[in-house]
Amino acid sequence: MPPSRSWRSYPQTYRLEAARCKGCGKAYYPPRLICPGCKGREFEHFRMKPSGTIVSHTVIRTPSSEFSGLAPFAVGIVEMDDGPRLTLQLADVGFEEIKTGLPVRLEFRRMYSEGESGVIHYGHKAVLVRK
Amino acid sequence: MRDVAVVGVGMQEWGELWGKSTRDIFVESALLAMDDAGVDQLGAMYVGSMSPGIFAAQEHLESVMADYLGQLPIPATRVESACASGGLAFRLAYVNVASGMHDVVLAGGIEKMTDVSGGEATHALSTAADMKWEGVSGVTFPGLYAMLAVAHMERYGTTREQLAMVSVKNHENGYSNSRAQFRMKITVDQVLDSVKVADPLNILDCSPITDGAAAAVLMPLEMAKKLGKPIIQVIGTGHATDTIALHDRADLTTLRAVTEAAKQAYAMAGKQPADIDLVEVHDCFTIAEIIVSESLGFFEPGKGGPAVEAGETARTGRIPINPSGGLKSKGHPVGATGVAQIVELVEQLRGQAGERQVKDARVGMAQNMGGSGGSSVVHILEVK
Ligand SMILES: [Zn+2]
Repeated sequence: MPPSRSWRSYPQTYRLEAARCKGCGKAYYPPRLICPGCKGREFEHFRMKPSGTIVSHTVIRTPSSEFSGLAPFAVGIVEMDDGPRLTLQLADVGFEEIKTGLPVRLEFRRMYSEGESGVIHYGHKAVLVRK
Repeated sequence: MRDVAVVGVGMQEWGELWGKSTRDIFVESALLAMDDAGVDQLGAMYVGSMSPGIFAAQEHLESVMADYLGQLPIPATRVESACASGGLAFRLAYVNVASGMHDVVLAGGIEKMTDVSGGEATHALSTAADMKWEGVSGVTFPGLYAMLAVAHMERYGTTREQLAMVSVKNHENGYSNSRAQFRMKITVDQVLDSVKVADPLNILDCSPITDGAAAAVLMPLEMAKKLGKPIIQVIGTGHATDTIALHDRADLTTLRAVTEAAKQAYAMAGKQPADIDLVEVHDCFTIAEIIVSESLGFFEPGKGGPAVEAGETARTGRIPINPSGGLKSKGHPVGATGVAQIVELVEQLRGQAGERQVKDARVGMAQNMGGSGGSSVVHILEVK
């Protein structure tokens, strides 16, 4: 990935920065310039709490070349407690354990590396909150 | 707006066409359509193609094709809406003729996907998703549709077997389509036992990587009447968009772009789901056919799975879906798929579909879709 493309998204990628519409209160991740709901253009930026719930899920067994060393791995759509939804890897979990509705916590993990001695990318993965 | 008819269609055999170039594949099908229409000069042309830059290292495809089709200097336009590029090219050709701009317009679609490696093809297709915010997780297109499947199965009780039955039915249909890439009958067990791709979807739930093209020629209805052939009129068209990221949709069991595009097409045609005699839908994955059949209004939400199981969508069923074999059996050269759906409708409505012929077909629908449903195009055609 070009460095500028990674750099631009640091606030979202590393600090989970979202934006809440001052017009209708809906939160967006990543932040937007116009609210699709009320067309408002004023937003309040905030850091999302790193917690949410699994909305849907799958296990990727045939990955793209970038993620080939990782398969099989679980992916899910997670609804954050602050509202926005994200597509995330689900880590440290048996595939049979994964169910919709389960609570998860976001942790900062190594995602993948580019080439043998290339750039290592970090990002958030979701892990189950165990009772 | 003028009434518009489809007066010619063309499509060569699809598959892994190593011996043929991108331009030859397109021109062969375009010439078949022009011969069928009885024309050798176009007023304008549209070329649906998703990613010739990655698949064939060639952009500016509209000029390549106008040149090699012998049509210079006519206006030509490449149309891109991921896997809905072909359907959108057809819609723009329709709008062109309806507006009075040109009288004879070609809508074609092309993708040559097998010149690159499987990994590169997967990469090219993945650019139809939200590269930044979905791609970072490593989710693939089968993975996105798998998450739609999980949501649908959990809410409505749609079964793994019902997904497999979509694939079995479409292979049954494609078996009698001489242009289909995979002409073989398969069983539910074969689908269930095939290689896992993204749970719960297996390889036999997924449409293949394909080289192929398709084309159609449109002209004003009044001109078409003088050709002395069955008149196939475009009576409805619809086009809509949805969020680029699947996760931004509140409801994962329906496809809003499909519902919206269908609403427009039904309203324009003055038709309802019960008036449709056959439909070609975008079965890029088995779950897609089930959800789309509901979003188009043929079944109540959640009843798409049981309908497949009951045979209602078979060629001889209440509402035949994908009599051509669909993307699953016929193949899915992404930019060509939407135009190939029109080719099938025209052949069916003319009564020229041979073994695939749906009985008493008078009104047909085509539904083409981009990405995980970020765009959709719907057309309704009627024989006059
Ligand atoms: Zn708002």
